[in-house]
Amino acid sequence: MNKIFETPLYPYERHPDQNADTPVRRKVVIVGAGPIGLAAAIDLAQQGIEAIILDDNDKVSFGSRAICFAKRPLEILDRLGAGKQMVEKGVKWDVGKVFFDNRKVYEFNLLPEDGHEFPAFINLQQYYFEDHLVRRAHELQTDGAPIEIRGNNKVLKVEDKGDHTLLHIDTPDGPYDLEADWLLACDGAGSPIRGMLGLDFVGRVFEDNFLIADVIMDADFPTERWFWFDPPFNRGQSALLHKQPDGVWRIDLQLGWDIDKEEEKKPENVIPRLKEMLGEDVQFDLEWVSIYTFQCRRMEKFRQGRVIFAGDAAHQVSPFGARGANSGVQDTDNLVWKLKLVIDGKAPESLLDTYDIERIHGADENILNSSRSTDFITPKSEMSRVLRDAVLDLSEHYEFARPLVNSGRLSVPCTYDGSPLNSADALDGPERTRPGSPCPDVPLKDGYLLPKLADKFTLLTIDADAPDEIEEDGITVTRLALSVHDDPTRFLKERYLGDATSGVYLIRPDQHVAARRPSFDEKLFRAAIRRATGKE
Amino acid sequence: MSETLTLAPNLEQADDFYADLLAAHDGLSKAESDAFNARLVLILANHIGARTVLTEALAAAARQQAED
Repeated sequence: MNKIFETPLYPYERHPDQNADTPVRRKVVIVGAGPIGLAAAIDLAQQGIEAIILDDNDKVSFGSRAICFAKRPLEILDRLGAGKQMVEKGVKWDVGKVFFDNRKVYEFNLLPEDGHEFPAFINLQQYYFEDHLVRRAHELQTDGAPIEIRGNNKVLKVEDKGDHTLLHIDTPDGPYDLEADWLLACDGAGSPIRGMLGLDFVGRVFEDNFLIADVIMDADFPTERWFWFDPPFNRGQSALLHKQPDGVWRIDLQLGWDIDKEEEKKPENVIPRLKEMLGEDVQFDLEWVSIYTFQCRRMEKFRQGRVIFAGDAAHQVSPFGARGANSGVQDTDNLVWKLKLVIDGKAPESLLDTYDIERIHGADENILNSSRSTDFITPKSEMSRVLRDAVLDLSEHYEFARPLVNSGRLSVPCTYDGSPLNSADALDGPERTRPGSPCPDVPLKDGYLLPKLADKFTLLTIDADAPDEIEEDGITVTRLALSVHDDPTRFLKERYLGDATSGVYLIRPDQHVAARRPSFDEKLFRAAIRRATGKE
Repeated sequence: MSETLTLAPNLEQADDFYADLLAAHDGLSKAESDAFNARLVLILANHIGARTVLTEALAAAARQQAED
């Protein structure tokens, strides 16, 4: 058993707030020290905004849970000062194999595109992910940033007070009250905060159970994602094998709907199943076993006045495609710069409504993709199984059927097409960098592009003139002047200019494109800045 | 202009094709026939490729069912 599960990383300590006669008011209170709550707090604290995390325990996640992290979240984590450490610890993989019955029907290679600092995916246990973020939070706190994680602080009740929220919190020393200008609910799919506020969480229930077993073994399976449809060792169901750091393997076995969960979880039932899958001779230890069911659903609105929901608390998807934690990190990336501008009085509160618009767009995309994967993996009718099996049979012999095989369409970042923060696309440039897109990375002579675009509005000019700085109604935009001559790999031209000879991009603090034109036009870019900050 | 679905007679040697289609199912169980049909639909759909044509084909097949 991994020690990290049992180690209190942020043990309860009595806080002076608990002694106050009247509740102390805090800027941003975050409920939940999971991946999303931690990412939100670090992002806020790095920008100088007070962020207090309340967590009902004092440890990282029990068991591996989310294990697959995609490029865009890693780039965001790099902005938060933790991305590179996670890549170093994580397992990188590119090859996936698909098996049907007892034969391999095809294999794919993610063929990661060149010219990016971060890999397409890494596998890393959620407990390591959280551990890295907890350490980063403590590092910031030591450096004097306004961040705290209060362990064993359980929220019992929330009251909407209009311009703030009142929280009743239980601790080992008894209860206390705290006021929050802004409350971020990052408290997971079962969100107690959502329940306390009586908010809906509707969607589609999938009537299926999956057994997760994390197994420690010295096996010579390659570092690949193996997915089985209808294998001999789990007839009529699916199975997944995927490697994690430290010799831990994730095994996922579909069990069907009518099962006795407590029985199935017992080692005497789990071990024979695994032996059948891995072979009698393979030695392994069970690290963690769990049975999960899932739903695809989201809240109607992620923002309810001064309470804002992020991650699984706001939206839940099936695990196929790595769209849970990955999309939650993108939620906080989208939210935090907006919240900072609103708190600093530099943007109207209505800017926060665009968090709803943009991230609901992202959540709907994820729910659509993960529902389709689930329908392929677990056919819901006789004919959908016949069609699914036909796809798998054909995929063994004919290339055309392979793109139809859906064992999880892996998470890609969302482009905020149609967002009210976007200005009309005025550059005849590449599709992938149209307004609303996350900026793709580019290797430059002195390092990568993305770190140069972090945490502020940037005017990226490529072979175009512009002022070094523009100030528009409290928003400072700093120019980053590049030229295709600084572009030894030609990726800058390929990703940002295409056939155009010059380009000027307005880029948001979350590294998404807000506007682009072939050259600088002061009036139009000032309008684009106002638009990107919710002022027109 | 995008392609549209042909619903006018278009099969070369229609009777021969129909006989081949029946013959392909000879000796197959119901489950095997269903699987064959599913594979055939997917192969033909890929050959057509155009989304507009496929959408019209799905609608044309559904209309037949609604009239039955």
